[in-house]
Amino acid sequence: MTYDEHTKVHPVTTGDSLPEVRPEITSTSQMMSGAEILLRSLEAEGVKIMFGHPGGAVIKVYDEMHRINPEFQHILVRHEQGGTHAAEGYAKATGKVGTVLVTSGPGATNTVTGIADAYMDSVPIVVFTGQVPTGLIGNDAFQECDAVGITRSITKHSYLVRDIKDLARTVKEAYHIARTGRPGPVLVDLPKDVLLAEAPFQYPETVNMRGYAVPEAVRPEKLQRAARMIAESKRPLLYVGGGAVSSDASDSLTELARYTGIPVTTTLHGLGAFPEEDPLSLRMLGMHGTWWANQAVQHCDLIIAVGARFDDRVTGKLDSWAPHAKVIHIEIDQSCISKNVFADCAILGNVKTVLERLLPLLDPKDTTEWLEQIDVWRQECPLQYQKDDKLRAQGVIEKLRDKTGGDAVVITDVGQHQMWSAQYFRFLYSRTHITSGGLGTMGFGMPAAMGAAFGMREIGSSRPVVCISGDGGFVMNAQEMSVAAAHKLPIKLAVINNRFLGMVRQWQELFHMERYSHTDLSDTNPDFVKLAEAHHCVGLRANTPEEAKQIIDEAWEVTDRPVLMEFSVAKEEMVFPMVPAGAATGEMITDRMTPNSFV
Amino acid sequence: MTDTLILTPQQIIRKKAAGEPIQPDDSEMIQSHTIVVLVENSIGAFIRVINMFSARGFNIDSVTVGVTEDPTVSRMNIVTTGNSRIISQVLRQLSRLVDTIEVIDLTDTDYVERELCLLKVCYNRDSRSEILDVNEIFRGKVVDITSKTMTFELRGPSKKIEAFIDMMASHKIVEVARSGRVAMQRDS
Repeated sequence: MTYDEHTKVHPVTTGDSLPEVRPEITSTSQMMSGAEILLRSLEAEGVKIMFGHPGGAVIKVYDEMHRINPEFQHILVRHEQGGTHAAEGYAKATGKVGTVLVTSGPGATNTVTGIADAYMDSVPIVVFTGQVPTGLIGNDAFQECDAVGITRSITKHSYLVRDIKDLARTVKEAYHIARTGRPGPVLVDLPKDVLLAEAPFQYPETVNMRGYAVPEAVRPEKLQRAARMIAESKRPLLYVGGGAVSSDASDSLTELARYTGIPVTTTLHGLGAFPEEDPLSLRMLGMHGTWWANQAVQHCDLIIAVGARFDDRVTGKLDSWAPHAKVIHIEIDQSCISKNVFADCAILGNVKTVLERLLPLLDPKDTTEWLEQIDVWRQECPLQYQKDDKLRAQGVIEKLRDKTGGDAVVITDVGQHQMWSAQYFRFLYSRTHITSGGLGTMGFGMPAAMGAAFGMREIGSSRPVVCISGDGGFVMNAQEMSVAAAHKLPIKLAVINNRFLGMVRQWQELFHMERYSHTDLSDTNPDFVKLAEAHHCVGLRANTPEEAKQIIDEAWEVTDRPVLMEFSVAKEEMVFPMVPAGAATGEMITDRMTPNSFV
Repeated sequence: MTDTLILTPQQIIRKKAAGEPIQPDDSEMIQSHTIVVLVENSIGAFIRVINMFSARGFNIDSVTVGVTEDPTVSRMNIVTTGNSRIISQVLRQLSRLVDTIEVIDLTDTDYVERELCLLKVCYNRDSRSEILDVNEIFRGKVVDITSKTMTFELRGPSKKIEAFIDMMASHKIVEVARSGRVAMQRDS
């Protein structure tokens, strides 16, 4: 049995998709504490910012930080979950690895949601957790928890550093693993005695892990086969996921699509990889995707999946998804290939590299007839909502779009507003749409926006950072507002307040006979304006479309602190179109009756 | 195993629509697979492999682990069952782990497999000779004996061990300890 793609190749090559390591070797024969070695390693790794919260097990690291004043900034967050989401936001906005430092026990467990979120969405972060001294591990010591054990199935890899001699190498490996291949979270557990011990410091130049290989060489025969399939297809479709964003393949993808004339639909995480105002863009597909993108999926004869994993929110009922299509799957993670949908041609490798090598093998195609058919679907069921004198979430998002012209980093939380943002914002640039897709973490938005804002500041970008959130999710990590305020981050926080857990409410209305069990938040919602003010931010409120426009203008005037804009909207609004969970992609509920079933 | 052997539900539909025959072994046939995984010699690596099976809902019928000729490498012999699509996922998920050095599915190759079994059975004057006869046929070894019980040691392929246990089941088995399967590819 030959299992070429499964057999690990060694010796392992070290392919950095996002090189950021400083080239010089850092070493000294002088003795250093483990805590200082950690900080020096991070400096050598080129870390610029770290989100953290101190505690007993990591107090030595904070002490050394105070003493040596390392070359990176430490941001004191107010909850460790906020810290991990901030690191995710930073990583997704900049393409660099996010760094988190927390203490043992509750510090570690509070990072679990953020780590799981980063794992599902392939976000490169490294989380350093304190641990009780090695001698006490397993003794139910104060603030002890088995951080490595708890996070084993939600990390790309994890380490427990038992010996100070392994510390610098472990940091090097952790960053390498987090950023290369399919990115993901890595946890490094640091017992207190290791941080207190002393050793000379030498940061390794290279990593040597025989078990970790990043697919580098793209197999030419696969490329030729893919090119042949594309040439033979009549109704091809590019289905683009987050892999295109994380490998910065946006330019190559846009060039390929425009050169060949193949239309592009993106997943939630693929938004921005291809400009949504391009005539070839079909916008988002899947559960709340556009009617025409889903119809294109159901009628295409070739799907070119680019860094996407055929998630159930994309495919709905698997056995009726894209029934006429052959599949080319360009993917860096071998375990995604043929997991949900069989790949007739699987190309393992970095998405950007594959697209760059595929392009010269392709010729322009005549897709006029296919694009005309798609236009018919586009006219048939456009994205629309009721436009009257009431303030509606979709209208708020369109106003934010008008204000920014699409040149903004938009972070969303999870729920209805997230889907409306995906539908109505029309993203133009890669890394301008950041959201919690896989895990669907309410409370992600605010801290992630803070992380993204730090990232924008670091790279000197003037792109505004806009967080669109619901009233339910916002309060879950609202405490980080004061951190953003302390650092004078001019984040625009739009809270779409419908006084309900809107997405759950929508399902209750559609599928549970309008039994609104525990989704009404009107009694428990805070006063958002006061909440903002209590966190040293500006708070503004709008109840009508006119007021909305006004407060957006006002908010953009504030440049020295976050502004919270509360938009009080109708609670009955629903996200349409919609493929009900488990239904076929062709069976969409629209705000009117589905015009026809084409499947 | 190649990509073309793996059928998703979607592909089955496509085949049916095209009127192509669908072989049961294409995707539906559940088969036992013997997979060798070389991992870093640490408890963490072992747990990570086992954890992957439970987190992703794959079966493990047996697992053995031991150090190899290289003291930094452990060899895990895993017996799992599933259709070709599931097994392909198992292999890919195993390869993806940072601590796994090599993953080999021995199932369709020529390989040697062995298992060790200790079996304790009660006997009396009537059953004593029959039990010893069975043991003789299976070429087992008596490793302990008391006035009431006999303990046998048996080596061989798992099927032989199972047949031996089946034969002994008509007597009163007190205890069975099985090592799980170890396997190695033949070069001959």
